[in-house]
Amino acid sequence: MKPAPFSYHRARSADEAVSLLAELGDDAKLLAGGQSLVAMMNFRLARPAALVDISRLDELRYVRAAGGGMRIGALALHRDLERLADPGLLAGFGLLPRAARYIGHYAIRAAGTFGGSIAHADPAAEWCMAALLFDAEIVARGPGGERVIGAGEFFTGFLETELRPDEMIVEVRLPGPRPGTAICEFAQRHGDFAIVAVAAAVEREGGACRDARIVLGGVGGTVQRATGAEAALIGSSLDDDEIEAAAREAAAGTDPPGDIHGSAEYRRHLVRVLTARALGEAAAHA
Amino acid sequence: MPEARETGPAGRWIGASVRRVEDRYLLTGRGRFVGDQEPPGTLHLVLVRSYAASATIESIDAAPALSHPGVVAVITAADLDGVAPLRGVLDRPEFVPTDMPVLASGRVRHVGEPVAAVLAESAYLAEDAAELVEVGYGELPAVVSAGDALTAGAPAVHDAAPGNVLVDVTPISSPGLDEIFASAAHVVEVAVSTGRLTAAPLEGRACVAAFDERTGQVILQTSTQIPHTVRTAVAQSLGMDEHQVRVISPDVGGGFGQKCVVAREEVLAAAVARKLRRTVKWVEDRREGLTSGFQAREQFYRVRGAFDGDGRVLGLDADIRCDVGAYSCYPVTCGVEVLMAANELPGPYRVRSYRARSRGIATNKTPIAPYRGVSRPQTVLAMERLMDEAGRVTGLGPVEVRDRNLIDAAEFPYRNVMRVSYDAGTYRESLARCAELLGYTDWPAVQARALADGLLAGLGLSCFVEPTAYGTASFGLRKMTIVPGYEQATVRMDPSGSVLVLVGTHSHGQGHATAYAQIVADAVGIDPGRVRLRQGDTELVPHGWGTFASRSIVAGGGAVARASADLAGQLRAIAAHLIEAAPGDVELAGGRAQVRGDPATSVPVAELARVAHHAAHLLPDGLGRGLEATASFDPEGTFSNATHGAVVEVSPSTGAVRLVRYVVVEDCGVMINPMIVDGQVAGGVAQGIGAALFEELCFDAAGQPVSGSFVDYLVPTAADLPDFEIHHLCTPTTRTPTGSKGMGEGGTIGAPAAVLNAVNDALAQVGAAVDRIPVRPADVVAAIAAARGADLGRAAIGGLAGSRRET
Amino acid sequence: MTDVHAIRVTVNGTEHELAVESRRTLADVLRHDLAYPGTHIGCEHGICGACTVLVDGLPARSCLMFGVQADGRSVETVESLGTPDELGPLQQAFTDQHGLQCGFCTPGFLMLITAFLRETPSPTDEEIREVIASNLCRCTGYQGILRAVRAAADMGAGAGAGAGADVGAGG
Repeated sequence: MKPAPFSYHRARSADEAVSLLAELGDDAKLLAGGQSLVAMMNFRLARPAALVDISRLDELRYVRAAGGGMRIGALALHRDLERLADPGLLAGFGLLPRAARYIGHYAIRAAGTFGGSIAHADPAAEWCMAALLFDAEIVARGPGGERVIGAGEFFTGFLETELRPDEMIVEVRLPGPRPGTAICEFAQRHGDFAIVAVAAAVEREGGACRDARIVLGGVGGTVQRATGAEAALIGSSLDDDEIEAAAREAAAGTDPPGDIHGSAEYRRHLVRVLTARALGEAAAHA
Repeated sequence: MPEARETGPAGRWIGASVRRVEDRYLLTGRGRFVGDQEPPGTLHLVLVRSYAASATIESIDAAPALSHPGVVAVITAADLDGVAPLRGVLDRPEFVPTDMPVLASGRVRHVGEPVAAVLAESAYLAEDAAELVEVGYGELPAVVSAGDALTAGAPAVHDAAPGNVLVDVTPISSPGLDEIFASAAHVVEVAVSTGRLTAAPLEGRACVAAFDERTGQVILQTSTQIPHTVRTAVAQSLGMDEHQVRVISPDVGGGFGQKCVVAREEVLAAAVARKLRRTVKWVEDRREGLTSGFQAREQFYRVRGAFDGDGRVLGLDADIRCDVGAYSCYPVTCGVEVLMAANELPGPYRVRSYRARSRGIATNKTPIAPYRGVSRPQTVLAMERLMDEAGRVTGLGPVEVRDRNLIDAAEFPYRNVMRVSYDAGTYRESLARCAELLGYTDWPAVQARALADGLLAGLGLSCFVEPTAYGTASFGLRKMTIVPGYEQATVRMDPSGSVLVLVGTHSHGQGHATAYAQIVADAVGIDPGRVRLRQGDTELVPHGWGTFASRSIVAGGGAVARASADLAGQLRAIAAHLIEAAPGDVELAGGRAQVRGDPATSVPVAELARVAHHAAHLLPDGLGRGLEATASFDPEGTFSNATHGAVVEVSPSTGAVRLVRYVVVEDCGVMINPMIVDGQVAGGVAQGIGAALFEELCFDAAGQPVSGSFVDYLVPTAADLPDFEIHHLCTPTTRTPTGSKGMGEGGTIGAPAAVLNAVNDALAQVGAAVDRIPVRPADVVAAIAAARGADLGRAAIGGLAGSRRET
Repeated sequence: MTDVHAIRVTVNGTEHELAVESRRTLADVLRHDLAYPGTHIGCEHGICGACTVLVDGLPARSCLMFGVQADGRSVETVESLGTPDELGPLQQAFTDQHGLQCGFCTPGFLMLITAFLRETPSPTDEEIREVIASNLCRCTGYQGILRAVRAAADMGAGAGAGAGADVGAGG
């Protein structure tokens, strides 16, 4: 399982990475943590003609507060988010370290990057789910400059995104905190790709639910929101019955794949179970 | 788990948990595995493998590969004229042989079958070039399941077996069995099946083959458990005298049976090395290993038990089907699982009437080979399910029904219904102890408390006997044409008084270098640090059979013990001559020889060795002039036993099964090194739990493997397993010089049944059941849903427990 | 036209200069080009962890890195932990607790644990189990490995150099 040949280029800055991508053409890929890409290359499922190594661009490795929200450099490691400790930074973003603990294992978290995960767009990836949950803005830099792509438009298909071949993610912005959040995953072994994952955020005003966000992973080609269930929760008291009803609604709205790890029916069942759990936990924090 | 220590009780080494001598080099990265070898000029071999499950080979165009940089040759079957296929044979009418060609010739019968070999200067270039070889296949309909293979009109995997049955044996059919069933107070029937598995050792298969032009010898380094048998196969296939083939197996990173058969790639590498006069290296990658490496354990059991009013088994009737894949492995053949299943089903129970029919069914999948436990995990799964059902139907419960049927201490040696003699064991005692350790009497209350918390808790037991170290008589009964069983050992003391042990077993994690040294040390009275093991080189060690079937400490250790006793006798005779005493009065201990009770006569063993070699003129003729002994041991077969107990928590919402406790009470006779024994139990239990809950090789309808990576083939991790509680009883056997029995496979044999029974104990609370492993979370959820939706009462007579998939 | 790069990499304190093809994995470079065969290859897709080494102090699956990426970096392999005559404390704990059988997965575990104990010198049993779950072993059932890490931690085997840098808050 040796990879096919490619030409290797190391970028010394984000701008150089962008110009290399433009120069090398559509068949070039960015190499950040490599935890997904190199495995696929070893299987020869991915055969880029060129790799642009951006893994050492420390300028893009940061997690910082900005205007009430959070800005995450594309090359922030999973472990950087796992180990976030500053309470000021964490307030309202507590989901991030919790989600990080689901990602692979210690060594994977020491190499894999936030931006890499977003760009890879696996339908069960925790950061892709977080992006939808927080209405993230993905900042992409290309030869013509930067543009901001909303998470809702970013994930276009299975392992496909809005990014053009000559663009790279430089930053992901989470515009505002969400205090009442939870993420629930199910995989048979800890650290495996989730069979189904659900991230939920709820906001109360008075006793009633003012906003609800339910993000599902592992149920289709991309991460997706359970918009029907979200709408049904608005104005509700978030009691057990209403949560259960929303969970059923979320499940009914999915058309998940079946594979050796679980049938479509099982995945739909897990959506119901995990949505109820996630909503319950989120409501408790809200 | 015993802590490593220095000596055992009374200064003896046998019984001591001595630190392993192998550890120093393995821990420091000084292990030498085949993949580490890469002499200058080595060519790397990468295989072009079939992507069709069944097809004719219409054409092979190697030209695009040959013109790729770094490529030296592309070999197909046409280039291997005179290289004979691997042919495993059982000399009996119920068996259909199936030649396994080294490279497919004209026909492929499973995805992953090797069709061509690319030789290049690096593995990277060879893999590039392998993609360029164009093979034209004429695809044929494939049979992917045993059920499909048995359907009338199904395509034949082999013309010689038009109905796809490669082995069909009924080794026993006790007279009057049907009448016994007709009149029995209770008849219980179970149907269980198990998914296809692979051993998945961390080191895949690998070999480096060279041709020595000075001697005309092929030298094959290979990651194998069976060096001498590989030599036999290579020599036969290449038409060479065996002394012209040398097989060296260095450090091996796990085998578990996958490497106790000969790989076609081993023969291929040897043939290519000879043909090209170059050193050739093949390293199996994980995708190959999971798809083309030998597989195991896809079996289907229907077992009926007739019980009297007291819950005692009167008779057993079984139908067994094994999906053996596309070819017989060499040398044990595709019949290995089939025969062992039928022969060993009765296990530790007092079964007096028995009928079993067992079939090996060909399919267009990778062939099976032994995998640790070989059919016993399945027979125990079936019998322990049967016992649980019998316990329910009779009202006796799982412990009492087993206790009534397990062979009792007073009955040993026990000749079972297959006329096999079990030496003494602790079947009932291990059950009692295991139940006690599990808190079995409190279980209903514990289970009820869990249920109140919304969790389904389950407790499961499995009792089994583990036949170990089959000798030639037992292997011969199978009608193999190459009959393993004995083992030889040479112990050789050099002029400095240290000892070299040469034996044909092949340790690949079992710590033989340590354990055999302990045996020699006790016999010869020296420190085990002065005893070194050489294994795995057919040029150095006497002919033997390797390590598999829980045989090494019995067969190898037995031969070592006998040879050491002989060597000790020589030392006593030399000492007696030098100190003018009677040899019978000389004792060897602490590195010295002396007349018992008379320290003034003490002389170092090293001095005896020096004299024997360098001052033999001081000794009478026939004494000294070398100091060496060779002995063989052909075991009668000795039987370990154990009871395993598992406690699980099943989540009804996700179907997750969590192992809360795992208890083993086992008896393997005298333990040479208890720490090593516990390690073997633990590793086996982990694999057995993997089989029960995690691992399965899946195929699509066209016969494509879909579990070709560790993302899909789930080997358990530390987070999936509890701490194992391992306890020992000890019934020394009289059948071996050391009193030891084999035990390497017990963990894999007992664990699947204990876990499945625990899961079913949990699910019974909601009227659900599963009868197939692996039990995945999705299967649990489906079973619970089915129980809610349908009235699945269980029939005691003529019905089936739980759902069943047609085979 | 093969894409070859000159690299300079420090392995176990020794600096090496060599030319590597860009697609050659760090595992293969260590094993065959630089003669550190103690690091083993078990799956080549980043799951078994047998190939784990430390790169600038952090655990890395060397089958998922290209040798060229190690240019200018510091790599530690199992060969740095001790010798057959003088085992390091973690290795000693492994032999005391029977934490290995065939030894093939062992170097990967040793490097993983070395990084872990540097960062977390006083781990709980749960933390140990979770980290050990990163790698696969087929022989031991993990029992001896868990005991070895517990023993090594209790003996202070992890005390020593700090681990790789964390990204701080703000800035």
